[in-house]
Amino acid sequence: MTAIPLWVRRPTGERVGWLRTVDHKEIGVLYIGMGVAFFAIGGIEALLLRAQLATPEANLVDPETFNQAFTVHGVTMILLAVVPLLVGFANYLVPLMIGAPDVAFPRLNALSFWLSLVGGILVYFSFLAGGAPDTGWFSYAPLSERAFAPGTGVDYYVLGLAVNGAGTIIGAINLAVTILLMRCPGMAISRVPLFVWMTLVTSVLILGAYPALTAALVMLFVDRQLGGHFFDPVSGGQAVLWQHLFWFFGHPEVYIMVLPAMGMISEVIPVFSRKPIFGYGFIAGSSVAIAFLSFGVWAHHMFAVGLGDTENAIFSATSMLIAIPTGVKIFNWIATMIGGRLRMSTAMLFAVGFIAMFVIGGLSGVSLAVVPIDLAVTDSYYVVAHLHYVLFGGTMLGIFAGAYYWFPKMTGRLLSEGLGRWHFWTTFAGFNLTFLPQHWLGAEGMPRRVFTYATSTGWGPLNLLSTIGAGILAVAMVIFLVNLVRSLRSGEIAGDDPWDAFTLEWSTTSPPPPENFSSIPAVTGRRPLWDRKHPERRDVR
Amino acid sequence: MIAARPAVVLDRTLLGVAIFIASESVFFLAIVLAYVAYRDAGLVTAKANLDIGRTTIFSLALFASSATMALAARGRSRRWLAATMTLGAIFLIGQGSEYARLLSEGIGPGSALFGTTFFTLTGLHGLHVLGGLVALAALLTANVRRPRAVHAVAWESVGLYWHFVDVVWVVVFSVVYLGTLL
Repeated sequence: MTAIPLWVRRPTGERVGWLRTVDHKEIGVLYIGMGVAFFAIGGIEALLLRAQLATPEANLVDPETFNQAFTVHGVTMILLAVVPLLVGFANYLVPLMIGAPDVAFPRLNALSFWLSLVGGILVYFSFLAGGAPDTGWFSYAPLSERAFAPGTGVDYYVLGLAVNGAGTIIGAINLAVTILLMRCPGMAISRVPLFVWMTLVTSVLILGAYPALTAALVMLFVDRQLGGHFFDPVSGGQAVLWQHLFWFFGHPEVYIMVLPAMGMISEVIPVFSRKPIFGYGFIAGSSVAIAFLSFGVWAHHMFAVGLGDTENAIFSATSMLIAIPTGVKIFNWIATMIGGRLRMSTAMLFAVGFIAMFVIGGLSGVSLAVVPIDLAVTDSYYVVAHLHYVLFGGTMLGIFAGAYYWFPKMTGRLLSEGLGRWHFWTTFAGFNLTFLPQHWLGAEGMPRRVFTYATSTGWGPLNLLSTIGAGILAVAMVIFLVNLVRSLRSGEIAGDDPWDAFTLEWSTTSPPPPENFSSIPAVTGRRPLWDRKHPERRDVR
Repeated sequence: MIAARPAVVLDRTLLGVAIFIASESVFFLAIVLAYVAYRDAGLVTAKANLDIGRTTIFSLALFASSATMALAARGRSRRWLAATMTLGAIFLIGQGSEYARLLSEGIGPGSALFGTTFFTLTGLHGLHVLGGLVALAALLTANVRRPRAVHAVAWESVGLYWHFVDVVWVVVFSVVYLGTLL
């Protein structure tokens, strides 16, 4: 028998190191590490933006730097921080939650991660190659065409996003096949934890949305490198084609970023309310509804383009429609808490914070679906406020809830609850101070993506408030980092099941062995670990 | 023959390839839609310069390769696999000669909207054929070296991808070439 190279084999017991690992847990940690690193970088970029905007007519950075900073901030936070963080948690948790030894394709899993990381590095390499992309994270044509963006920044944007996207697509295939075919005996699809459900729906969204982005990137590449005319109005191309393709990806991307976070708090809230989730079927079903609808709302990003009243009305209607399945979940979470014995741990604080902040972001989203309102505030700070309430107030708070909840499983040690409380309240205060005033700034007409504003506009005080909030938010992130490092070294030992939880990942050791489980029990309900701990009060399904 | 199939239907590799193909379909759909959106602007150039006759012959080679692939997968036949690769290579040579002719006439990806959309769409398809040939070559090599180690699903998976590449060409050929007859 010919020798199989070592890197082909799955590690059995012994560590093979981070570069060669194909273990889903280690790859999950790599993804999370990538997400944390890029989150820090993107955060520093955000602080730079806020520092420049703190006072009117400031000259802290020049306009070119400002353009690069907001472009790279957006790309970083969305594609290199939030998505890897969520995919990392999914990688780590999905096999554990469904009682599988690993994902379906361990080696492809490693490929996914490395492609995602190399894509991110390519985007940042642009800084060394003569300047970062400066055309916004959505890189609208014809601004992104060679004639108006002659540097190499946009080329690195194209390459970086294409490579990163390939990694994300491969990862989605892997997770989808894992969930569909690798569930342990008794783990029917109607019994998997809701985080697994959200991961499955998210994978479908990735598989439908990312290829549209790749196609758009290929066309932009042809335009820039081969002299093509896809988005070049002078030669008969249509700049608006880019917007259609980009937002056909871009809006599902929003749900790609928020559904897994919803899955996280759907795990946290029941455990800390000591109740099963209220309306499991509705949470899972409404997510499928969101997935379908999310492919039919993209043009609400394009109301100001002038597509026509009929088109705008249709996309306005679908955008409002998608608020219904989203709103259903809010009631599910609240109903789960009602009558429960609430334990307000840090994880639970962040989960409840998610609900409150996401409701604000969701409602401002519905207001933006109203065409006349959108026309008034489009491309203003109102939109910036909205999207941060959804993506920071929603997704990031959800990720923090997940971090406090699952850190003990991943490391064997608990995060400090004391520092956790400081982390939560500074985050909550800093976040609202940063983004709440931006609603008013937007309503008063302050445009986004402009590097300064005149003193006479009167926007100075609210901007200063917003920048102070960003500073507090930065302090909050430092507290979290300190908590991570300290708890990793000397945190309280967690044990297998520190939260008295319900799902299978807590039935194995913390951290789990390479093969995950020594033996898989037959699953008979949605809360297999609860059933095992309380055989006399088993769930009926 | 059919009864023996279900064993591989739920195989994770085959499902993975099927899902990959689904996402590839979205990718090609976007590119095809862009071609259709710009069709009118390039129709005159397309009618004057595309060689439907020759391309039909080369297309038949690709279509036939799906049949040889099915035969190869059914009988795990190296000979049919080699035939599939030959037909795929013939198609690529045909596409290359079409490219050479168009480029010599001054029609390239940068010349006008027709060139941009034509070379992008057919080029991306050509790259996928090339990728398929690499997969076929890997399958053939594995079968020559260690035939017993090759799982049935490897045949099925490579075959599935090859059929997909073929089906994409049915669409591209219809839209790009037969579309000029309308």
